[in-house]
Amino acid sequence: MHGLIIQALQRFIVDTYGAGPWAAACRAMGLAGTEFEPMIVYDPALTDGLVDALSTGLSRPRPALLEDLGTYLVSTPKSAGFRRLLRFLGAGFEDFLHALDDLPDRARLAIPDMRLPVLALRSEGAGCYLLSCRSHLPGAGHVLVGVLRAMADDYGALATLDHRGETGGAEQVAVQVHVSRFAEARTFDLGARTG
Amino acid sequence: MAGCDNTDDMLDLLCPMHLRVDPSGVIAHAGPSLAKLRPAAPFAGTRFADRFDLLQPALSDAGAGLADMAGRRLRLRFRDRPATMLVGIAARDADGGAIVNLSFGISIVEAVRDYTLTIADFAPTDLAVELLFLVETKSAAMAALQQMSQRFNGARMAAEEQALTDPGTGLRNRRALDLALERMISDGQEFALMHVDLDRFKQVNDTLGHAAGDHVLRQAAHVMSVETRAEDTLARVGGDEFVLLFHRLCDRDRLGEIAARLIARLEMPIDWQGHRCGISASAGTAISIDYDNPSAARMLADADEALYAAKRAGRGRHRFHPDG
Repeated sequence: MHGLIIQALQRFIVDTYGAGPWAAACRAMGLAGTEFEPMIVYDPALTDGLVDALSTGLSRPRPALLEDLGTYLVSTPKSAGFRRLLRFLGAGFEDFLHALDDLPDRARLAIPDMRLPVLALRSEGAGCYLLSCRSHLPGAGHVLVGVLRAMADDYGALATLDHRGETGGAEQVAVQVHVSRFAEARTFDLGARTG
Repeated sequence: MAGCDNTDDMLDLLCPMHLRVDPSGVIAHAGPSLAKLRPAAPFAGTRFADRFDLLQPALSDAGAGLADMAGRRLRLRFRDRPATMLVGIAARDADGGAIVNLSFGISIVEAVRDYTLTIADFAPTDLAVELLFLVETKSAAMAALQQMSQRFNGARMAAEEQALTDPGTGLRNRRALDLALERMISDGQEFALMHVDLDRFKQVNDTLGHAAGDHVLRQAAHVMSVETRAEDTLARVGGDEFVLLFHRLCDRDRLGEIAARLIARLEMPIDWQGHRCGISASAGTAISIDYDNPSAARMLADADEALYAAKRAGRGRHRFHPDG
């Protein structure tokens, strides 16, 4: 698992619950420190174990914790860049859904060893979609649910999301878009402000 | 998508940043993304030359029309603010006018910010969105790397701070000396503190350079370790200054002998790339049993005073504090 992803998990936990639970989870994993290097690829089992330790330590079920992580990634001002990246993908929420397939390749353009979950969208008509998510991290589909929920909000779309469990090694997320312009979208422009 | 009735509609779809300019140089139509850049000043009906400053190719003939530049790479700039740079290419159309397709080129990042454009303003074949994605991902990765560098730099400085060895000579450093002194005083151990200063070292540095100076320092450090016992503490505390701690040795005669032998050895010429480097040393010593309550600062100051007394008496000498 890429160090940048573990760092995002760390930021989420520390911002939401404080440094204590993060340090406790690192200790539970038998780690000497609490820091991860951003450009090192770690064993996926390590991230998996950290998530379990956090879930136990915080008494929050793993799916809920992962969904919170997804929401945090989109909504925290600290990762405004991530939100902008996602908004790059489409002018509206449904455009965005269709462009998700390209997300891992786009991330790899800049960071060649970044392996994001492989996403595949299937349209079932009338605003219904089934998104499959294949990842090293069990429960990545829940992170996706959190991200999609926050992005729907960001686009001002009204959508319901449902994690349907795993089929054929991929987690399935059902998306139902009721109204694509339910509320005013958060203002957004594509311009990247570096720094 | 319904079929397009005319060329303008077709081009609006394929090249949303295009312009159609008539043979007299007046803009007849602008693509929707280009129109979005100047919502308050529509392009149609205005002269191309009044809206854009053509930077390349430079026009030798003021009357030359866009159609004459067909196929060439154009660089141009808006005449009004924001003066966004654009690249483009023109093609002659059937009426003798021109179709000009424009793009932001390298100014894409600022342009998108200045005009709050979205993905819908770019043709899907335009790599602008990929480029912006790349810029954003790169910025995030660079920020992470920058943080990492700062952390490493902090760790390196902390490690240096914690280090006890002088990298130039391999002797202990000032920090290690302070720690050893503190420990011996708090343990009530008897010891002698000898402050040694190399004479004529500066000349070596000045005439033969720093590499020679470094070599002489290493040789001097070697002599000091040979002439002292393993349990003694040898520290380099300045450019050419050393402090030697003799553990459980307070005998003036023996210390005097050690100092004399040390100075004699240091005065033996040191060879450096065929040059003979001649240095000497002066030394001053303070002994812990001369104090009721020895303090590190006091003993260092007294040894220093004895050293300068030795220097005043002529180089290559050793003095005790108090002199006697």
